[in-house]
Amino acid sequence: MKLSILILFLICSLNARAQTRYIDRGGKASFFSSAPMEDIKAETDQALSILDIKTGEIAASMLMRSFNFKKALMQEHFNENYVESDKYPRATFKGTITNIDQLDVHKDGVYSLNITGQITIHGVTKPLNVTGEAVVDKGAIKAKAFFPLAVKDFDIEIPRLVVMNIAEQVEVTVSFTYTPMDDASMKK
Amino acid sequence: MKFLSAIVIVFLLPFRPALAQDDLLNILDQESPKETSIVEQTFKGTRLINGHSIETRKKGVLDVIISHRFGRINSGGYQLFGLDDSNVRLGADYGITDRLNVGAGRNSFEKTYDGFLKYKFVRQQKNDSRNIPLSVAGFSSIALKTLKTGDPAGEPDFNSRLTYCYQILIAKKFTSSFSLQLSPTLVHRNAVPEFQDPNDIYALGAGGRIKLTKRLSLNAEYYYQFNRRDGSLIENSAAIGFDIETGGHVFQLHFTNSRAMIEKGFITETTGDFFDGDVHFGFNISRTFQLGKRAQ
Repeated sequence: MKLSILILFLICSLNARAQTRYIDRGGKASFFSSAPMEDIKAETDQALSILDIKTGEIAASMLMRSFNFKKALMQEHFNENYVESDKYPRATFKGTITNIDQLDVHKDGVYSLNITGQITIHGVTKPLNVTGEAVVDKGAIKAKAFFPLAVKDFDIEIPRLVVMNIAEQVEVTVSFTYTPMDDASMKK
Repeated sequence: MKFLSAIVIVFLLPFRPALAQDDLLNILDQESPKETSIVEQTFKGTRLINGHSIETRKKGVLDVIISHRFGRINSGGYQLFGLDDSNVRLGADYGITDRLNVGAGRNSFEKTYDGFLKYKFVRQQKNDSRNIPLSVAGFSSIALKTLKTGDPAGEPDFNSRLTYCYQILIAKKFTSSFSLQLSPTLVHRNAVPEFQDPNDIYALGAGGRIKLTKRLSLNAEYYYQFNRRDGSLIENSAAIGFDIETGGHVFQLHFTNSRAMIEKGFITETTGDFFDGDVHFGFNISRTFQLGKRAQ
């Protein structure tokens, strides 16, 4: 009897924990670089992110090769020479929403989130603090953040010859629509 | 109590994978889509040096290529080591699909027009379900010589001014900085210079590149002819050069014993002896333009 209660309790606690997790498997991420010669924009709609509304933990991951550029050759060079996607296939972020207690998923509205964590691109990890905006709408959380990144912080070298074509700073935009994560739908 | 805890542990075991996923990034790793694994950029340009590389331009991409071969370096200071004399090819490649390219060009050498088709039917890739170790493309070109012979008996007819070339390009990117290519080739000439010359020349091209930095690579290429006529003055084509890539441009600077920039020319009509100093300095400049919408 004791045992079954214990097991029941364990199962319940695991489930409860899972339901605090929200995921988006088709998030959008884009970056934009504005240089004298050329504006460069690339985007992906295959970014992944997961959020635990209880602990405030948040993580995001995306394949560098999933970024689409307007120019095919630019995309090849991006993967081959700049971010070296063979060696470093993903960009990741891991952090915490420090004011998660202010987010109420049962109350529709707009919330401002302070996120602090670490971003890894091209094998280089840097601290990142961003302020994001979250809109709670019928149990889903639509979150958006916008932040600049300096290319050289991530050991991505821009050759002198193309300095006029690529800005040293790129503007990154990410937007995710989180829905409760269903354990059953998880890929094994 | 011991017995009970043992049972609890046994019952808990199935949950262990769930607990191991506590790190959110680990969960995302499992959710992550399978990466497309088609190997790109085996070479920087669509030409290795003289010959075509396995590379095709993507759908909707127009690649304008301007190529030069100067005169022989051993022609001396009076000719500024060959720079006074130059052959030009103006041409463009276009990506009909990511695999199928067409191209055309005009060569000042013998006032020759050329056109080609290139289709990449096998793409090197590696993922969980597939492992294709190399890329294979089929290549076919045609060249029309329009230089007037000035023969009082009349100019050769249209057919005898045509030459065809067929190649299978087999390439492998071994590492991100090392690639090799083999190019079995057949050149068919409707008309030959000498009566004893074969109409069909069989050749094998071999070439490769080593990347010296991310944007600079060292390339080499050699075409061996199997059935040259005995006593023929025709040499095998050899070339060595650098590829320099700057965003939308690829600059290829090289030294070769061949004057012509199309297959029938450099494979079957090279007269310079590379090791005797009959070397031409040359370059290809490629600039790509995205015309059509990209295939996703």
